[in-house]
Amino acid sequence: MKANRIRSSREDRAFSFVAYTLATIALVVTLYPLIYCVSASFSDPMEVVRGNVLLFPKKATLLAYQAVAKNQSMFTGYANTIFYTLIGTSLNLIMTIAAAYPISKRDFRGRNAITVLFTITMFFSGGMVPNFLLIRDLGMYDSIWSLILPGCVSAWNLVIMRTYFQTAIPEEICESAYMDGCSNLKTLIRIVLPLSAPIIAVMVIFYGVGHWNSYFNALLYLRSRAKYPLSLVLREILLQGVGQEKTGAEVIDSVADLLLFETLKYAVIIVSSVPMLLLYPALQRYFVKGAMVGSLKG
Amino acid sequence: MQHTAMGSRTPFQRFAYSWKRSLLKYWDLYLLILPVIVWLLIFKYRPMYGTIIAFEDFSPSRGVLGSKWVGFKHFERFFNAYNFEDILMNTVKLSVFQLIFSFPMPILLALVLNEIRNKRYKKLVQTVTYAPFFLSTVVMVGLIDAFLYPETGLLNVLVMKLGGSSVNYMAKEEYFRPIFIISHIWKGTGWSSIIYMSALTSIDPQLYEAARIDGANRFQSMLHVTIPAILPTAIIMLIRDCGNIMDVGFEKAFLMQNDLNMGASEVISTYVYKVGMVNSQYSYSTAVNLFNSVINLAMLLVVNKISKTVSETSLW
Repeated sequence: MKANRIRSSREDRAFSFVAYTLATIALVVTLYPLIYCVSASFSDPMEVVRGNVLLFPKKATLLAYQAVAKNQSMFTGYANTIFYTLIGTSLNLIMTIAAAYPISKRDFRGRNAITVLFTITMFFSGGMVPNFLLIRDLGMYDSIWSLILPGCVSAWNLVIMRTYFQTAIPEEICESAYMDGCSNLKTLIRIVLPLSAPIIAVMVIFYGVGHWNSYFNALLYLRSRAKYPLSLVLREILLQGVGQEKTGAEVIDSVADLLLFETLKYAVIIVSSVPMLLLYPALQRYFVKGAMVGSLKG
Repeated sequence: MQHTAMGSRTPFQRFAYSWKRSLLKYWDLYLLILPVIVWLLIFKYRPMYGTIIAFEDFSPSRGVLGSKWVGFKHFERFFNAYNFEDILMNTVKLSVFQLIFSFPMPILLALVLNEIRNKRYKKLVQTVTYAPFFLSTVVMVGLIDAFLYPETGLLNVLVMKLGGSSVNYMAKEEYFRPIFIISHIWKGTGWSSIIYMSALTSIDPQLYEAARIDGANRFQSMLHVTIPAILPTAIIMLIRDCGNIMDVGFEKAFLMQNDLNMGASEVISTYVYKVGMVNSQYSYSTAVNLFNSVINLAMLLVVNKISKTVSETSLW
């Protein structure tokens, strides 16, 4: 390294400068809207509207967050989304492992047919109406299963998982366990899964984020407000202009409430995004590994 | 011993034997995968079978098999619809522009990050640029709406401070595509760069040393070592993106759509939703969607074929 530094030429220094500049631009451009969002949510609404909040909160207040806390729909939506995410992700994991482990075995007959069946679903799907009719025919309309079952196994994730089992778990381990009379299922649970923590973390992120952010299935398949996930409540508050009535403030005619809505928007965004933004740095080191496995051809 | 025994069998016997052996050895795994196959057939293949209604005048009470067969009637109706050309062009423009502008970004970011020698700074930039990926589409559009809000949104407040006048960007057709694409780049670039970063980790450091000994500076090393190393990944991603060319983020277009920007924001997927789910024209909506899928599939096959011939990289 030291030798390199001595030899580094003027062009190299210029090149390095350009790289750092571009990286810094990417950093600032990505970060600024998020910082603004946080600052605005903690600021006095009047300061936000006047454009006095640029980087740091002005006349810091928790008013917006208090309004969010009082909002019953937000609360229900939040609880529903946590519930759907937990149940959904667990089922995703079980089903994906249940499909990926068998087809990772080279002498498992039928693995090619199953792989082809899944690959087709990557590029072709029934579409909105046939899916909707199916959900209705199955009697799942307005039930939580309509959000969880249709996306139970993602073909992409299945391929990633299968490839991981094939490349990261030595075949001899499973074979010798089998020779010792250990059933395949037992081998999977006792030996393979404990060795698969990185890929399971990647799956938790992929599926978990999907459930947390999912919006459209709920729009199509749910009717009762009591079952609405966070995303549908967010849409009402943020995008349909009916936010004001739903902010928890009963009287909306007052200018103060209208004004409060300006910071409430940001508070709502922060409150709903924080769990995912906290979860991912914890699992970040696994991403590259997961992406690497997944990038290999199926 | 097994080998000699198998040599004397017919292909069918060998086939039956290997199945028997597999079933005996893996019977518990067959039980394990069974529910997944049942799920696959019900939730993926049953709807595919359901697309038959695109060729029928489907009535829910008669079912898929009982409804009247009408051939390509609904497709013709779509092709002759007064807004067919607009919807098709909106879809194509949105996705092609999005592909052109956003595709190179993650590659650029990965190349830049690869040149950052300060590990902690590199990690910081990575962590921050991944973050927007974790925002939901609803939040994303809410954020755009809040920033661009007339009179009180950040952008308009700043413009007005500088003496300009407030513009309702979300209600103007001409801003729809730029807003859509810029926000897409903001949200996805960091996350998409991961795959290129992982391709970069597999480059043999000796290649860089060899380049340096040959007198290459860092820019030349990037040109002749780094870029060729990530090119196959880039081609794979390009083929995949082309295969989804007609699937421009439906949720986002749907959420950003309003009566005033409809001229640019009405794309095939939002139209499918409108005629199918709002107006309950099930067969017509399915036909439009099928048309969309067929174009996607055709694009995928064509691009894959081109890539196979030109660069010997392909999806299969």
